[in-house]
Amino acid sequence: MIDVQEERDVTIERRFEPKAQDIDDEISWAQINVDVLRSLERPRLLYWVIFFGSLALFMYGVYCEVYQYNTGLGTADLQNPQVWGLYIATFIFWIGMSHSGTLLSAILLIMHADWRKPIYRFAEAMTTFSLMTAGLFVLVHLGRLWQFYYVVAYPSERWTWPNFSSPLVWDCTAIGSYLTTSVIFLFFGMIPDLAICRDNASGYRRTFYRLLSMGWRGTDRQWSNFRVTYLTLACLLIPLAVSVHSIVATDFAVSQQPGWHTTSFPPYFVAGALYSGCAAIITLFIVLRYTFRFEHYMTIPILEKLCKLTFAISMVWTYLNLIEYASVWYGTDPVAKQALIYRATGTYAGWWWAMNLLGSVLPFTLTWKRLRTNIPIMLVVSLLLNFGMWTERFMIVTPTFAHGYYPWTWTEGWWPNWVQVGIILGSFGWFTMLFMLFCKIFPSVSMYEVKEMVYHRRKARKTLNSLRPSPDP
Amino acid sequence: MKKRSHILALFGDFHEATITLAALRESSIPGFSMRDVTLKSPIDHPECSEALGPRPVYIQVFSLLGALLGSGLGFLGIASAQANFLRQARGGFPIVPIPPDMVITYELFILGSVFFTITACFIIWRIHRVKTDLYDVQISLDKIGILVEAEPEAIRRLREIFTAHHALEISESG
Repeated sequence: MIDVQEERDVTIERRFEPKAQDIDDEISWAQINVDVLRSLERPRLLYWVIFFGSLALFMYGVYCEVYQYNTGLGTADLQNPQVWGLYIATFIFWIGMSHSGTLLSAILLIMHADWRKPIYRFAEAMTTFSLMTAGLFVLVHLGRLWQFYYVVAYPSERWTWPNFSSPLVWDCTAIGSYLTTSVIFLFFGMIPDLAICRDNASGYRRTFYRLLSMGWRGTDRQWSNFRVTYLTLACLLIPLAVSVHSIVATDFAVSQQPGWHTTSFPPYFVAGALYSGCAAIITLFIVLRYTFRFEHYMTIPILEKLCKLTFAISMVWTYLNLIEYASVWYGTDPVAKQALIYRATGTYAGWWWAMNLLGSVLPFTLTWKRLRTNIPIMLVVSLLLNFGMWTERFMIVTPTFAHGYYPWTWTEGWWPNWVQVGIILGSFGWFTMLFMLFCKIFPSVSMYEVKEMVYHRRKARKTLNSLRPSPDP
Repeated sequence: MKKRSHILALFGDFHEATITLAALRESSIPGFSMRDVTLKSPIDHPECSEALGPRPVYIQVFSLLGALLGSGLGFLGIASAQANFLRQARGGFPIVPIPPDMVITYELFILGSVFFTITACFIIWRIHRVKTDLYDVQISLDKIGILVEAEPEAIRRLREIFTAHHALEISESG
């Protein structure tokens, strides 16, 4: 009986032990407004360094694209069998990057995960700009930009309908739908915050925010409809996001190229997409935390949760990667097996091993509390994880083309030239530039959701304190 | 139609606002109805909204309608395009292949639902309305507002209730 009583006391005491809080619940609502609105006014110097650095990269990318446009795709060294080069590998990378933002935000919203609230806004913005960047690669890779409208389904006098049975057409529809829905989800979730900006701005900025805030007054009818709409959009987004990368994977899986023709490709692509997106969220988390002085909102406990999530997803990716190797190794296609051996021992072996080490071994650093609470180390780790995931896409595309079914088409040692590399760097510049612009114009932390988070935590703490057993006299 | 006036009271927290709403519900002021009470707050607060009484949300109906229309029209659009362009037909293959068309139909199912949901929400919010009601910028900061639309004779009694429940600020219009 005494043991049972002691056990109960220990349980109660443990319940009241101080835990690391995701966010300080003593912070006032007015302070939240001040802190977040300040990010629209005066960022740290690093903001401008990143912005102008990315602008310079983007301009270099534009120069390379103009050169390629004038000279022809051959100047980018795109020729049989290397017809896709880095463009399609990087297209998949950006599509993948787009996954975590909106998809994770929607999943965490449905699961009522409170810790998403300070970080979901910039993650959703990341989705939007990644998709916009990915879309550019379709045009860049097309070469003849002026014929882009050929792929659009419309009744023309040429009777050229796109082939609706092709995954490339599905891709176009899926990415278009995902981009549209992601923009709507991002914008809709921002409306109460845009009203706060409207109430605190003056001049042309006030007009700008007034137009975007869609007449928001915070009424009970608006809130109840807002909640239902937001949740409905989240529910619709989850299957859409999964379908997008599955369809991108189907582009590969339905082809006859060695190494691509596997049924595990769609889940493998989705896991890889979530993985690279999570790593990118960690990078942007750290950058925004410093640049906009968001230390009170983008806290270490939230970073820890992100790291744990990234580790879990990395293990799913590792498992699916091993499944893919096993299915090729024990499969009946000798050329696919040769392609796998070529990846591990051929011209691109260094890249293949780097992909495996960075993608499957490096995430174990995320399991150590001392490392995952160290911000500079996490910045480096997240960048390396993303590099590993870009390498994964490079390893999917290039070695398969370099070592296909016909030996006379083998292109050992093919490497993208400066035009391709320039356009790839330009895409990173374009993404970063748009993202930084967004964070300067729109609140990158959701003010109303952080207020809700603080309010409910404060209320829960009060309730727990009232339940706390009074000390013995 | 009789001219109606507006009164807006600001409160420091949800607890006071909830008590005030309960007091308004219990009062039997002529020319005032609970249906004309609007709560304005910086965050969503379902417990406080419950004090206002049932206010159903019909957004999901529009989501379903959008999904049905999006998928139906999407499939019909693709199928009619395929049926019209017979040059694309190949021997042994169906003119309208159902499985691949289902993929695009699925995307349009979601897209249609999203468009209808968001459009319905904006219409319910009445964003098309030019005239705006009483509002205070403190509501987007940290105050809770109770807005009442009532006949001019009821305003004085409403003001008394708000004052008795420690309203921080009271403003009127009309």
